[in-house]
Amino acid sequence: MGFARAINPHPLPLLADTRATKPVPAPSSSSLFLGSTRTLRPTQTRSISSPHRRSAASAVAAKVSDVKLKSTTNLLVTKEEGLEVYEDMILGRVFEDMCAQMYYRGKMFGFVHLYNGQEAVSSGFIKLLKKEDSVVSTYRDHVHALSKGVPARAVMSELFGKTTGCCRGQGGSMHMFSAEHNVLGGFAFIGEGIPVATGAAFTSKYKREVLKEADCDHVTLAFFGDGTANNGQFFECLNMAALWKLPIIFVVENNLWAIGMSHLRATSDPEIWKKGPAFGMPGVHVDGMDVLKVREVAKEAIGRARRGEGPTLVECETYRFRGHSLADPDELRDPDEKARYAARDPITQFKKYLIENKLASEAELKAIEKKIDEVVEEAVEFADESPAPSRSQLLENVFADPRGFGIGPDGRYRCEDPKFTEGTAQV
Amino acid sequence: MLGIVRRNVGGAGGLYSQGFGRLRPVASAIRNYSSGGKEMTVRDALNSALDEEMAADPNVFVMGEEVGEYQGAYKITKGLLDKYGPERVLDTPITEAIDHVINSAAKSNYMSAGQINVPIVFRGPNGPAAGVGAQHSQCYGAWYGSVPGLKVLVPYSSEDARGLLKAAIRDPDPVVFLENELLYGESFPVSAEALDSSFCLPIGKAKIEREGKDITITAFSKMVGYALKAAEILEKDGINAEVINLRSIRPLDRATINASVRKTNRLVTVEEGFPQHGIGAEICASVIEDSFGYLDAPVERVAGADVPTPYAANLERMAFPQIEDIVRAAKRACYRSVPMAASA
Repeated sequence: MGFARAINPHPLPLLADTRATKPVPAPSSSSLFLGSTRTLRPTQTRSISSPHRRSAASAVAAKVSDVKLKSTTNLLVTKEEGLEVYEDMILGRVFEDMCAQMYYRGKMFGFVHLYNGQEAVSSGFIKLLKKEDSVVSTYRDHVHALSKGVPARAVMSELFGKTTGCCRGQGGSMHMFSAEHNVLGGFAFIGEGIPVATGAAFTSKYKREVLKEADCDHVTLAFFGDGTANNGQFFECLNMAALWKLPIIFVVENNLWAIGMSHLRATSDPEIWKKGPAFGMPGVHVDGMDVLKVREVAKEAIGRARRGEGPTLVECETYRFRGHSLADPDELRDPDEKARYAARDPITQFKKYLIENKLASEAELKAIEKKIDEVVEEAVEFADESPAPSRSQLLENVFADPRGFGIGPDGRYRCEDPKFTEGTAQV
Repeated sequence: MLGIVRRNVGGAGGLYSQGFGRLRPVASAIRNYSSGGKEMTVRDALNSALDEEMAADPNVFVMGEEVGEYQGAYKITKGLLDKYGPERVLDTPITEAIDHVINSAAKSNYMSAGQINVPIVFRGPNGPAAGVGAQHSQCYGAWYGSVPGLKVLVPYSSEDARGLLKAAIRDPDPVVFLENELLYGESFPVSAEALDSSFCLPIGKAKIEREGKDITITAFSKMVGYALKAAEILEKDGINAEVINLRSIRPLDRATINASVRKTNRLVTVEEGFPQHGIGAEICASVIEDSFGYLDAPVERVAGADVPTPYAANLERMAFPQIEDIVRAAKRACYRSVPMAASA
């Protein structure tokens, strides 16, 4: 039922295996990702809905043992799409590396969480969205914002705390917002973005059904991690989204670690995709280090949501190459585990795919990398030269209607007093 | 950059600091700590308090995110997993719920008419650090302090940290123990008495850090350090300030505060939290109720700006009290003419 499938997890160092041991078949070769993994339904074409799939509401995920993938003759991306995705992944990687440099030079401060290694998830999903679709993320949100179209210079300025940042320097690394690109945050607290995303999906459905905007088929993506999947508000939102058939996709970026807490030590059943069918929506597991596989799953899930068929839970098995944040010494993760995932770097894999399938030449890809280097350098220069926020900005943006600051002693609204924005904190 | 300081501090090892050679800034010589010669960071103080209480009573255990294998998100529980094992130092999955602190812990003893008490200590960093944004910077002293059934403690120095944490662990009621991330790495002298494993401070008693006769300044947590520095600056202008370290927000030591105001006749309250319904508001109300006739000037409240904390460094500096803000408020209370806000 549905398109739920499971790919056997690669052998991981189990710190405390409290699950009943099941025989784990040998993992498939990870370098072959040509074609779809949907080997159970070979006659199925990609984005056509079948009556079979519409009844996914009561889907029970079937565990599929991994089969050696066969190459298909039709490629999964066109050249333009491939280059667009490649450029996006390179932008994510180069930008995050630059953030690390800038942090150690003192240009950025506070908590900074980098996305290295997880680019396939962001590019795989977000590059399929329209501008009106929404993305909600966690504190690891720089690359989600970039993929959605927020300019690199706006994100870098925000990280430097300058007034030209996407949130005027008021949000910071963990709170990237953009109304223009429908990036609804950037939240520091675990699980906090999920109800916000559910609300955004509700807005879309409301617009279509109550306000009769028939062409409103906007979907929302909620990104969060494995640790969040144990959180109460996640389950509350799964329930509501399935109940009301909201156009939302819950994307779990399972990188196996919540700061220093291994997913396997924290979760009674580590297979997060199973939580979807428990609430009446399809649950899917996908190799999150492979951007094409992610893209295929994303296409289906987004298609479902746009057609009004309801939510999907997608678990992406991925890995973060750096520590939890730039302040994390990262002592607990096994170096072998890190090496294994580093060998599956999504960018290297995709580059190989493009070249082997003659979608792009080395020279073209190098040109893209050079272009991105320039974009990120320019972003840093722009951020450096931008001014810090003025004193008066301290009291701005607390309310949409500034009269919320009340009536002053002279009987007029405080915000009408010319001295109000001179930067005094006397409110 | 404060961010860098935090990183280095994460590597601090050992239960007791070997800080004999560390010189404190000259200005602090005015503080009236009992001289013991030994210094200890707040982090080590908290760690040693936890260690000793767990050793003394097998019923005590630690539970939380990252407390075990990660040695604590801020390394406060370092070494405890190795010493006491995974049954007494439990790493939990992620759960975030403020509701139960207020609605279960605080109210159970009352709702059950004394049958069920809740001897839990909820501890962790509170208030702003440096550049951590709006959702990581709020001071919850006033929120928790308004709930009957909770005890709310706010240590400043290492001695406070040790004594109050031990008292909190031994206490049969729910205690919210609000630490400060930036204080974890700071070193304070500790007396031999404070290093003793049965050392305990009374809950609900404030400490007079610095005696004075012209004006009372109340503060808690990191602001005590700022208030003491402000007091030194005021001394040069002939204003002799008394600094009270509240140590406990609930119960609030109204007796000490009022006695001090009756002596000095002027009051400045300092906090990092938002001004409306804050700690300063409560202290002001208490003083007006009990010592109205003794006040020679209106009470000055120094608090954080009434805005969610901005990320940009210069805005964040403006959003929280700085030493100059406390000095200016004290001078206003003493009727010296001063501008209302910083000009920089």
